[in-house]
Amino acid sequence: MKTIDVLLAEHPFFQGMAPGYLEFIAGCGRNVQFEPGRYIHREGQEANEFYAIRHGKVALEIFVPGRGPTTLQTLDEGDVFGWSWIFPPYKWVFDARAVELTRAVAFDGVCLRTKCEGDAQLGYDFMKRFAQMVAKRLDAVRLQLLDVYGTVERR
Amino acid sequence: MAEAPTGVQTPASAARHAAQRPPAGLLPASFRVTSRRRETRDTFTLELVPVDGGPEIRFEPGQFNMLYVLGVGEVPISISGDPGRPSTLVHTVRSVGAVTRALCALRKGDVVGVRGPFGSAWPVDAAAGHDVLVVAGGIGIAPVRPILHRVLAQRARYGRVVLLYGARTPADLLYTRDLEHWRSRLDAEVQVTVDSADRTWRGNVGTVATLIGRAPIDAEQATAFVCGPEVMMRFVAIALQQRGMAGRQIFLSLERNMTCAVGLCGHCQLGPYFVCKDGPVFDLPRVRPFLTVREM
Repeated sequence: MKTIDVLLAEHPFFQGMAPGYLEFIAGCGRNVQFEPGRYIHREGQEANEFYAIRHGKVALEIFVPGRGPTTLQTLDEGDVFGWSWIFPPYKWVFDARAVELTRAVAFDGVCLRTKCEGDAQLGYDFMKRFAQMVAKRLDAVRLQLLDVYGTVERR
Repeated sequence: MAEAPTGVQTPASAARHAAQRPPAGLLPASFRVTSRRRETRDTFTLELVPVDGGPEIRFEPGQFNMLYVLGVGEVPISISGDPGRPSTLVHTVRSVGAVTRALCALRKGDVVGVRGPFGSAWPVDAAAGHDVLVVAGGIGIAPVRPILHRVLAQRARYGRVVLLYGARTPADLLYTRDLEHWRSRLDAEVQVTVDSADRTWRGNVGTVATLIGRAPIDAEQATAFVCGPEVMMRFVAIALQQRGMAGRQIFLSLERNMTCAVGLCGHCQLGPYFVCKDGPVFDLPRVRPFLTVREM
């Protein structure tokens, strides 16, 4: 069975991270598995973890009154999700639900925060990775907001 | 010189008549609707055959026809059928204006004018020996459908075949039967994504560009065929290049105000190109400078 630091080295989010740091943060991670349909976290709950998906598919949802649960985005193998653990008040903003059998590495947010604050170089490396991921997601959401497939009156 | 009697053609009158004839490609042929299938709430697929057994239209994937509804007008519509079955013309039309509304309202047996085929083709044969990545958004799947027909009919000539298709919602997906069929094949990969969905949807949610990073292709030698709203194609082109593809490996199908379809009227001009004649299919390096020019 692969150790957490080996699994992280294979995950795109951690690509290029110094092996020493991978071993260091691996101590905050554990292997988790979610059956299809199971909620991984719910809006408003305490956000103590973030997840690196190794296999499967996760839907980020929000409950819209009158419409029910609405999927905003799906994430797959190689993606990470959850950044509410970084900033106060450490509460989830969306629901996350496993669409398929999903395997991931779950990180303890308090453990990670402590390690990042104790080692500024690690903290900077981590934040750069998160900033890049957040920027990518923001670009994608902006494109979704454009509703590019909507009808434009023509001939 | 005296006119020849009516009905008798002299060399002089033949030449005069030839001069009066419209330039090649401007005269529509009559086609009859043999089938009309509703794809979504506003999109229909029409099958057409020549009236009175006239000549069939042979076409290459990526080309378009001008469809003419008598008394209403004419519009350019991509050919979305199988190039290996030219006896039937297939056009998928989205109702977005007066002419397309009239086309979508046609019934079996109705007659429509057809000019074409026009324009450049996807370089499907040149992609042989390599992976093929088809990226489509919305009604943009119609012009790439003939690529899939051809590639899958000659499957052994190509490497991996991947279709990435994005739509607004699950209800807006076109060719759902084809998607199921292609997905059921073991030699093609189909990934579908929508911009928004409720919980009954078990597929991807997000833009089609987000699927490119995971597409199982060899980016260094693959060929990408991209069709959809232009802003989508810009983001897809960026994602393809981030994946390691060179511009010359990426082909786009553009849409402009094609009116004459033969490069005479200039309505579809894009920089030095007429999209109707030089396009609609272009490689990325040729059109990249113009894609962000707002006046175009």
